[in-house]
Amino acid sequence: MPIQLQIALTHLTSRKRQTLVSLGGVILGVAFFLAVSSLMRGSEQDFIKRLIDNSPHITIYDEYRRPQTQPAQMQWPDAAISISHLTPKTENRGIRSYREKLAFIELIPGLQVAPVLIGPAVLSFAGREQSGSLSGIIPAKMKTVSTIQEKMLQGSLDALTANPNGIIIGKALADKFQLGLGRNLNLVTQDGGNRVMKVVGIYRTGNANYDETQTFSNLKPAQVMFNRPNRVNRLLIKLQDAYQANLIAKRIEANIGYKATSWIEASEDILSLLTVRNIIMFSVVSAILIVASFGIYNTLSTIVMEKTRDIAILKSMGFHATDIRLIFLFEGSIIGALGSVLGLLLGAGLMLILGQIQVKPPGVLEMTNLPVWWGVEQFELAAAFALTSCILAAYLPARRAGDVHPVDILRGQS
Amino acid sequence: MSPVLQVEQLSKRLEDEIPVTLVDNISLEIAAGEFVCIMGPSGSGKSSLLYLLGLLDIPSAGRIWLDGEDTSHFGEDQLAKRRLEKLGFVFQFHFLLAEFTVVDNVALPMQRLGRHPQPAIRQRALSLLEQLGVADHAHKYPHQISGGQRQRVAIARALINDPLVILADEPTGNLDTASGERVQQILADLTHEMGKTVVAVTHDPAFAHRADRQIMLVDGRIQSG
Ligand SMILES: Nc1ncnc2c1ncn2[C@@H]1O[C@H](COP(=O)(O)OP(=O)(O)OP(=O)(O)O)[C@@H](O)[C@H]1O
Ligand SMILES: [Mg+2]
Repeated sequence: MPIQLQIALTHLTSRKRQTLVSLGGVILGVAFFLAVSSLMRGSEQDFIKRLIDNSPHITIYDEYRRPQTQPAQMQWPDAAISISHLTPKTENRGIRSYREKLAFIELIPGLQVAPVLIGPAVLSFAGREQSGSLSGIIPAKMKTVSTIQEKMLQGSLDALTANPNGIIIGKALADKFQLGLGRNLNLVTQDGGNRVMKVVGIYRTGNANYDETQTFSNLKPAQVMFNRPNRVNRLLIKLQDAYQANLIAKRIEANIGYKATSWIEASEDILSLLTVRNIIMFSVVSAILIVASFGIYNTLSTIVMEKTRDIAILKSMGFHATDIRLIFLFEGSIIGALGSVLGLLLGAGLMLILGQIQVKPPGVLEMTNLPVWWGVEQFELAAAFALTSCILAAYLPARRAGDVHPVDILRGQS
Repeated sequence: MSPVLQVEQLSKRLEDEIPVTLVDNISLEIAAGEFVCIMGPSGSGKSSLLYLLGLLDIPSAGRIWLDGEDTSHFGEDQLAKRRLEKLGFVFQFHFLLAEFTVVDNVALPMQRLGRHPQPAIRQRALSLLEQLGVADHAHKYPHQISGGQRQRVAIARALINDPLVILADEPTGNLDTASGERVQQILADLTHEMGKTVVAVTHDPAFAHRADRQIMLVDGRIQSG
């Protein structure tokens, strides 16, 4: 063992209590850093996973990102007079010739696409009413872009294929209306549609509002109900790689003209909120480690002050300023390294405990364990951060110790 | 015989508000194997001269040759290296490290030198302690032994790297007569039997009498010797 390290160890062991307090600070800092970061990262990933799983990766709407220019404007683009209160040309809303667009999209590798016609509808049963929305789907296609099939409690999407007049409703609505599989439900739309449909499936996503209002039927009856024959107003796309969504959405939009929104764009506000949350979390957790490094600074400064005589002796023997500095940097590193190891162990323990805690996220019906992320990076990050701040904290005392001039001390003593 | 230590027009001044001259234009040669005592009234600059000779302090003017090497342009680290390899210090107070045992204290400079394996270092430390009659206390801590014993341990530590010159600042100043006598004898033996060069500051005329040469310092200047 190098003599500098040996001296560092004797300094630390001869001031056990102060060393332990400094060490405790680092241990707690690392442990909290780890526990909080694992929880934050875990919940973030859990959230994004839900987002990716439960929503289409790209949604194509029957709208344009920029409102279309009106014929009057096209005629006289530099007109001195502008006509206000123009009523835009109405059209039968929906995606025009969606089959061609569908065919184009299906050529892009690594994705699944499903056409949907969605609109508002009022559902009623035995005198009770509920406004909600009806999605006309092609069950075989819908299965490839949505997780709704996995959320079926009773019946299945395929039951729609078998029964052209079937409807799938959420558990919350079924409970509210107190109806079960095989019962008939009345649907009315503002486009004049009015139809009695038979419940062939009940799903539950866990999102209470969704489960109460969202219903699914075959595409054909929906087109009739909303009076839009041969039209759909959404194309839903699922990607193999969800993180390609922005790129592919741009490509599709450039090609077909309709607005294509990726899940990343759609949840921009939430995702930026997550970033803010991460910044806050890391600053708070880092603060613990920074406070801990003040403790180390304090301890080492005291040791330097108490040991100036020893430092003078060592220098008079022929120890270099670098040797003396090294002694105190070793002391900081020892506390940092030991604190990191013990802190990581304690942190992992905290993570195990946190992982056992059951919570009920808002809007979700079932209890889930707190999502704890066990990624290696955060262990490395916590240890690296602790070690760096300990060495930085040791730097000033170490420099002061290296600068001790032996003659000044020897004169004072004799 | 060529001088092991040679100084030429050496001065040390402190440039405070009131400038003080600690060492004033001293020239002197100390031959290898010589035993020199520096004497003089309190405040005459004996310690200051010793710190300069021991390369602990940097002179304001003049040059110091150690073992034929001009040290005047040396940096901190080069001076430290010469101290480690060629010089050994003994101070009035023992100056041992409290957390290290006697034998570990003695071994420190040799460990820093890093040229010998651990067992060899230990063995040399023990044999020096044996020579100085304190081997029985090798595994005690400094606070567990007497002042005279500590001073002998300090001498052992000064000797461990087999230095050319031992510099001692009032090594017996803090000891009772018997212990002081013993330490004086040891230092005298170092020159006469082991051929070491010893430069010792003392107030004790009896000790000075044993030396080959006495240097009398007054107001930072050599008065005789
Ligand atoms: N830092 C300082 N500032 C001002 N004067 C100092 C300083 N250090 C020493 N002196 C003065 O320098 C002179 C020489 O001091 P030095 O310690 O070398 O004397 P000394 O001969 O060793 O004395 P003593 O026998 O008491 O040990 C003294 O007059 C002392 O007061
Ligand atoms: Mg003195």
